[in-house]
Amino acid sequence: MNTLEVQDLKTHFFTRAGVVRAVDGVSFEVKPGEVLGLVGESGCGKTVTGFSILGLVDPPGRVVGGRVLLDGKDLLKLKEEELRRVRGARIAMVFQDPMMTLNPVLRIDTQMMEAVRAHQDVGNEKAFQLAKEALERVGIASPEERLRAYPHQFSGGMRQRVAIAIAMLNRPRLIIADEPTTALDVTIQAQILYEAQKLCRESGTALIWITHDLSVVAGLADRICVMYAGRIVESGTVDEVLDAPLHPYTQGLIGSVPSRNRRGAPLAQIPGMAPSLVDLPPGCAFRARCTRAQAACSEPPQLQQLEERLVRCFYPL
Amino acid sequence: MTILELERVSKRFVKPLDLAERLAGRRPEVVQAVDDVSFSVSEGDVVGLVGESGCGKSTLGRMVAGILEPSAGAVRFRGGGHRGLKVQMIFQDPFASLNPRMRVEDIVGEAPLVHGIVKREALGDYVDAMLARCGLDPSVKRRYPHQFSGGQRSRIGIARALAVKPELLVCDEAVAALDVSIQAQILNLFMQLRRDLGLTYLFISHDLGVVEHLSDRVVIMYLGRVVESAPAEEIFSRPNHPYTQALLRQVPRLETRKTDFQPIVGEIPSPLAPPPGCHFHPRCPHAMPVCKERVPALREVGSGHLSACHLNGA
Repeated sequence: MNTLEVQDLKTHFFTRAGVVRAVDGVSFEVKPGEVLGLVGESGCGKTVTGFSILGLVDPPGRVVGGRVLLDGKDLLKLKEEELRRVRGARIAMVFQDPMMTLNPVLRIDTQMMEAVRAHQDVGNEKAFQLAKEALERVGIASPEERLRAYPHQFSGGMRQRVAIAIAMLNRPRLIIADEPTTALDVTIQAQILYEAQKLCRESGTALIWITHDLSVVAGLADRICVMYAGRIVESGTVDEVLDAPLHPYTQGLIGSVPSRNRRGAPLAQIPGMAPSLVDLPPGCAFRARCTRAQAACSEPPQLQQLEERLVRCFYPL
Repeated sequence: MTILELERVSKRFVKPLDLAERLAGRRPEVVQAVDDVSFSVSEGDVVGLVGESGCGKSTLGRMVAGILEPSAGAVRFRGGGHRGLKVQMIFQDPFASLNPRMRVEDIVGEAPLVHGIVKREALGDYVDAMLARCGLDPSVKRRYPHQFSGGQRSRIGIARALAVKPELLVCDEAVAALDVSIQAQILNLFMQLRRDLGLTYLFISHDLGVVEHLSDRVVIMYLGRVVESAPAEEIFSRPNHPYTQALLRQVPRLETRKTDFQPIVGEIPSPLAPPPGCHFHPRCPHAMPVCKERVPALREVGSGHLSACHLNGA
């Protein structure tokens, strides 16, 4: 059974300039222990998708349709109080900037024990024990000592480990990680990827890894969903999507990554830039930048199934 | 021909003590941001300067551009000390490096006018040509920076640098803030400009994929020192220094699938208190006793390939 099923999720922002369809009919599912890479560029709706799953969208934004099923139960139907019991316990989130998510005036142990005791009926001693184990698991040396430190005494990579340790505290079914390594150096990023991978293998936790970096998900994920202008344009296994992309946008993204094979040669760039999501015209949102666009593309393409894969294009590659 | 030469360049930042700290007998905090760095750049080359946070690559770039003075050593441009306008810099943040109150035509046109590169009557055409060269429609020149996207702002920053006819461009993480598809457009622009104008680049980046794609030579820095430098093909196929090897192993690539990540242990040490001897020894899998005591010198390990590691023998 799937840990998470998102069905036709729609999150719109009602701004003065018009309706922004940040997430417009997104569907995907994640199995236990599976790593799903949610890939796209700035403003494609990948972060809002993560926020919508957890019910964290603030006005003027609103989830206007769809279902989010965690182990078969629709999270969008839950009351705020019930949702609080899900967040941090069964679904946890790791954000891009750990300096913003850790409270700077509380010691790490206070923050971690609070997270444990909010969801588990345990005493302080047990909570401290759990916090210590969680820090150990993400590779922090002498955790007992580090628990007594404040966030500013940690480096960026250490803080992100603490954030991941907090996410793991209550053994969630699903972790949503939103660009968790983007601000980190390469060697530190590799350490975090290593911990994330180990975690999923050992505990069966499902992981949604939101990123703009295709090469990170190439090494980490089982499946990839590529988003563009609020919609999933292509999904499939990592090998299928990266080796034989079907959507012209995916192909353009892959061509834009500088890699060893084409040293010095011009990169296959995508012309133009992503469209504004305010009152996006109907039809394929990518058609203005697409080399394969034809008259039919002014109608909205539906996701079509090609063997095990999904692609939203009239003229797939 | 050598266009730029760095000879034993160092930069120290000293944090002055306040009264209470002086009375308490504290020593001032000193950061050795760049420590005895020497290398040269040949005309028309792209030299990639790579390293992680705090390795001193940006400080070095600023010294090359003349924004900072070295504490010791010399930066020579075409054999002399005076760079004039011939070295220009392109900054990381396309949002923070353009004056929000100036129109694009003034951002690009001000410097060439002040320095007498172009007469006022010809300025309009000159700005148009610069914008067109960087892939911007000249009709947008009356607009302000906030009316542009990140990629377009990068192009404005490049047009501003090119307007004073530089020979060397220092690009400090110039594409780091951009989306992948926009980054590819800007990288292509850099290569186009290099072909058209014969520019030389010092390309500072933490992104090895970008550096590999663009550079002729690569210089790797760790905590203020150069640990390895070599032609790009050589360094990516035969890295010598253990740090370079580890770094290359950990670059995520499209081709590597479902890998077992094998991270280097440990954090990057604080530049306030770097480890003695070879700075990399606490994280190095091959560390020997000598690594804690003596700083390894850069030694030739191949044609044009320098590496600073005690493993290469005495």
